[in-house]
Amino acid sequence: MTDKKLVEDFATDWDHTDPQWVNDPFPIWEDLRGRCPVAHTDRYGGGWFPATHEGVSKIAKDTDNFTSRTVIVNYGRPGEDALPAPIGVAPPITSDPPFHSIARRLILPAFAPGPINALEPAIRELCNRLLDNLGDHEIVNAGDEYAQFIPPAVIAKMLGFPPEDEEFFREIIHIIISGVDLEDEAERIERFAPVDEYFTKQIQDHIDNPRDDLTSYLLNVEMEGQKLSMEHVRGTIVLILVAGIDTTWSSIGASLWHLAQNPDDLARLVNEPELMPVAIEEFLRFYAPVTMARLVKEDMDYLGCPMKKDDWILLGFPAANRDPAEFKDADKFVIDRAENRHLAFGLGIHRCAGSNLARLELRIAIEEFIKRYPKFELADAEGVTWAPGQIRGPRNLPIRVLK
Amino acid sequence: MKVTIDAELCQGQGRCFAIAPDLFGFDDMGNGIVIGDGTLDDSSLKLAQLAQANCPEHAIFIEE
Repeated sequence: MTDKKLVEDFATDWDHTDPQWVNDPFPIWEDLRGRCPVAHTDRYGGGWFPATHEGVSKIAKDTDNFTSRTVIVNYGRPGEDALPAPIGVAPPITSDPPFHSIARRLILPAFAPGPINALEPAIRELCNRLLDNLGDHEIVNAGDEYAQFIPPAVIAKMLGFPPEDEEFFREIIHIIISGVDLEDEAERIERFAPVDEYFTKQIQDHIDNPRDDLTSYLLNVEMEGQKLSMEHVRGTIVLILVAGIDTTWSSIGASLWHLAQNPDDLARLVNEPELMPVAIEEFLRFYAPVTMARLVKEDMDYLGCPMKKDDWILLGFPAANRDPAEFKDADKFVIDRAENRHLAFGLGIHRCAGSNLARLELRIAIEEFIKRYPKFELADAEGVTWAPGQIRGPRNLPIRVLK
Repeated sequence: MKVTIDAELCQGQGRCFAIAPDLFGFDDMGNGIVIGDGTLDDSSLKLAQLAQANCPEHAIFIEE
């Protein structure tokens, strides 16, 4: 990635892995909204980036003209390595209608508020264990030593994978997220080998020793009288791991990054804990970590753009969330914003299936952190690094605990 | 006045039952449902309007 040409004009040559976009994408999106609401690039084989709430919403809901067969922008196209439409490699996120709703109905009950809310005590205990480990140090890393550990432990528990594999999970996420940017197909497959091997081992263990967890559920559940194919089971596990870890960890980190720089917001949350649910929605709007891709199905003119079959669409939900046409004071963080139709979890049939879990983890992670450390600030603003690509959040996040 | 959720539009964003748990609940899939017949009085109308203003899918309707 380092040898890529730096972007000079994001309207005609956007790249979401460009250092300028990674470090601070918001001025770029504001500029695009002002002069060219749908940006183009020839990179990745061609693609479009709508920067407005209206454009993002329209495409997110339009499953006739856009396919979800691949949702991460890369140099390949799904014809090369994906299952045939409409299933895709990681159902249901990579599925199109009508198969999509069948695959989605299989997993939604596991992520509905009932079973998810039951996880609250375990997540609270986990956060406190991590905070205990941080101890009384003056400087703590809220990214690498806190936020990063929360989602993997929760997801591992739900899938029934060994808790001691948490570190390997994070490696898997890194392989998948960073690997998709590789131009070389063979190299990508080689990088993914340990991931495939690990899933095969876990699935086999669940076939041999069925138990009450999500993996056994997927192996046993029937769709139209048939058990799921192994590809479907594996794809959904990959989806749950990838979609459930980096995303929430980014959200927790970004929220703490904000509080470390905005003592008034931090004090309000400490003193008015009932504000938390509304504040969580504003964290999600302002620091939405996820952008998702679609592919254009056929050549067409759309939003005034000459789109070609297999062009990427990068759905900038975080950009939509800062559009002044939809939000009053869109560029301001308003901790008690009462009306907030943000798109952090997407829109339409692909609404993040794990949104109830993500909200719960985010709320508890923040609640417990500020309970333990009611005053803190950034220890090294320049040292904060942001993850590149479609899931954006702070990785290295050194925080100074104040007395 | 009455509040309804359009089940075709609802995608389970989960905002309505967080904002107004006395008016809205959820089904097995996590999609929003109206509790009871959705009849609103002056105080529940405000909550229903707040839920409506937070539904990203524009799936909540309030009828005279």
